Amino acid sequence: MTVIDANRMHEIETRYPEYFHRSFRQRFGGLMILIATLLYSLYAVWFFDLPKLFTEAHWERVGIYLSQWVSYDVQPEFRIEGDGSIDIRYPRFSPLGDNPHPDWLVNNPDGSITVSISGTSRNVTVSKSETIVTAHGISVPVDVSSGAPKVVGPVPGWMTVYDDNVLADLGFAGNVSISVDRVKIRKRFIGWANFIFDTQSSFFDKPVGEVVSLIVSGPRIKPDQSNLSLAFDDIWNNSEWQHGDVWTKLFQTIVMAFLGTLLGSLTAFPLAFLAARNITPNRLLNQILKRFFDFLRSVDMLIWALFLTRAFGPGPLAGSGAIFLTETGTLGKLYSEGLENIDNKPREGIKSTGAQTVLVHRYGIMPQIVPIFVSQTLYQWESNVRGATIIGAVGAGGIGLKLWEAMRTNANWENVAYMVILILIVVFIFDTASNALRHRLMGTKAH
Amino acid sequence: MTIADTQPHMQSTKEIGTAWDRMVAKRRLYTVLGLVILIAAFVSSVRFADESNAGHFFDRLPHLFDFLSWLIPKEWNDVWRALFDIASVNDKGGEEFNFDKGRVYVWGAFYIPEYFELMIVTINVALISTIIAFVFAVPLSFFAARNLTNSWSLRIVTKRLMEFLRAFPEIVIAGLFSAILSIGPVAAIIAITLHTIGALGKLFYEVAENIDMKPHEGMKAVGANWWERIRFAALPQVLPNFTSYALLRLEINVRASTIIGAVGGGGIGEELKLSISRGFGAKTVALVLLLFVTIVAVDQFSAWLRRRLVGEHAFLLQH
Repeated sequence: MTVIDANRMHEIETRYPEYFHRSFRQRFGGLMILIATLLYSLYAVWFFDLPKLFTEAHWERVGIYLSQWVSYDVQPEFRIEGDGSIDIRYPRFSPLGDNPHPDWLVNNPDGSITVSISGTSRNVTVSKSETIVTAHGISVPVDVSSGAPKVVGPVPGWMTVYDDNVLADLGFAGNVSISVDRVKIRKRFIGWANFIFDTQSSFFDKPVGEVVSLIVSGPRIKPDQSNLSLAFDDIWNNSEWQHGDVWTKLFQTIVMAFLGTLLGSLTAFPLAFLAARNITPNRLLNQILKRFFDFLRSVDMLIWALFLTRAFGPGPLAGSGAIFLTETGTLGKLYSEGLENIDNKPREGIKSTGAQTVLVHRYGIMPQIVPIFVSQTLYQWESNVRGATIIGAVGAGGIGLKLWEAMRTNANWENVAYMVILILIVVFIFDTASNALRHRLMGTKAH
Repeated sequence: MTIADTQPHMQSTKEIGTAWDRMVAKRRLYTVLGLVILIAAFVSSVRFADESNAGHFFDRLPHLFDFLSWLIPKEWNDVWRALFDIASVNDKGGEEFNFDKGRVYVWGAFYIPEYFELMIVTINVALISTIIAFVFAVPLSFFAARNLTNSWSLRIVTKRLMEFLRAFPEIVIAGLFSAILSIGPVAAIIAITLHTIGALGKLFYEVAENIDMKPHEGMKAVGANWWERIRFAALPQVLPNFTSYALLRLEINVRASTIIGAVGGGGIGEELKLSISRGFGAKTVALVLLLFVTIVAVDQFSAWLRRRLVGEHAFLLQH
């Protein structure tokens, strides 16, 4: 190990004073910024009242909503009639359709009904005098023959007894609510019900083979329409999933981004030449145009969208217009900065041959900047596809409004999941395609 | 080396000339084809957008400024009154001119005008989201950088995670959290933070991949562990750029927080949306004015700070 003696140390210290005698700002600047940031964060915690908000939040909903993204439930209701028979009812829009005969529901010979919630280990048997809930390895009978439901024996932790009903929570698989004259069961399934055919469709609940053979060679279900087009109609107009509407709205978002970006780039292109100070030597004009670009950008897509939906009514026209206005600002700025960074020599060379201004621009500037411009425009298109979902939510067309409506009901989280997956796929395709195109345009190094 | 050396079958100038002509013809063909496709796509897009819109373009075009002229306040002083919450002489009990109702009293008779308060909320949303996202994006970007992290799987996982965070629609996150946390700015904070982690993470790891590796090698030679190498070799090099990008992101987030506010996240965006959809002229003009001044101020401040940090640099606008 090398040891440095005092003389050597002193010598090093005098040689590099900037490292050993640093000013207060140099030594503590970073620390001060860190402390200021921490203090600000504390202020923000107080400002948004986070502790109160987080303790009052409905965290239990996180699990519910997230499980609804990937699952659906069926809620049969068992009514115990006066004569002792049990009447089974399904909600009006049950995913099982109008004529449900689920195999997880067994009619026992003694008149009782056994519902399997999750395999054989969790099930419910409903009879006129008691309901037996089997879960977590035990069977708990609930007596319903008197005025209020009564749990026979000790009440397990997953059961809650209220005045007129008993609630058994069976976790993700579902739950059971037992009252004197009716038992409500919620049974949860993984997956998206009726994703292809809804309950109204003639193809509903048929196995894949049967659907295919019907389409290929079966007799016509509706005399005036081939089975293939009927099947397509049924899928496209699926009332629960609204495939047709969702896909059209998604396409609208892409078209809005395309139109807005293209028009914005066409408008920004000539303006950028006027705004670039090396090409147009008029400082006043440069400044006016640059501030105009700033204005278009800073008023923001949302405000433009709000204005234009008032003018044109809700729809993609308003969205395209909003993107067009912001893009003119963004691309105008990017283009004019690109123009200010070009190499001047080709221009001078062409000027020296006595060419006209137009020709100087065409051969002196264009070859340098076109790849950059196209690359920036592609990037903006891609980022607008991503951003346009949000202006849709204020009525400017596209998938945003559908998303927002599906979320607001708090019931259609599986539809939200479907749309999110579609958006993610589109964004990834655009990402990859525009990256590949940009790489081809710019050589290996994009941006 | 001439063309004849590299392409021995092209001997004569004439052959080179025809090859050149052929290439130019091919390029022209591609350009024309590209233009035709672009124009076709443009025309059909315009028709598609026009047909699925509520009002058609040419029908509505003459009315484009109707709404704007409706927004122009009858009395321009109302704009200042709306901005500073001074009671208006036009107030007849409706919501359009109830400027003084929104005052937020801080101390006795001293109040903050409603819109300034909302603007403070919006800026705070943007600022705190950027700070939190910065804290998360810095370590993530080191995990994603090829030169700093050897594990291939860790890099891929972090990169995909950041892409996912970037692409996930913000309104869904805002909607989910406003269902959990009740309507308010915190849902917007979470949505913007998650998006910003993805966006900043990408910019950051590109910076981290371009650092000078010599300090890193030096640290490695004296036996520094991964954490020490990052702390003393990478961080000092990247911090100015990171801060600069974070400031750029702050500008974007100020805008994003007004947008998310408009779809239920509170703040000035929601007020603006209400005001525009109800046609409150003076209030809308006041809000747009305040928003414009604030965004320009934030832009200018961050541009100034960025110049001080990394000098004159052209930065791409990143969404």
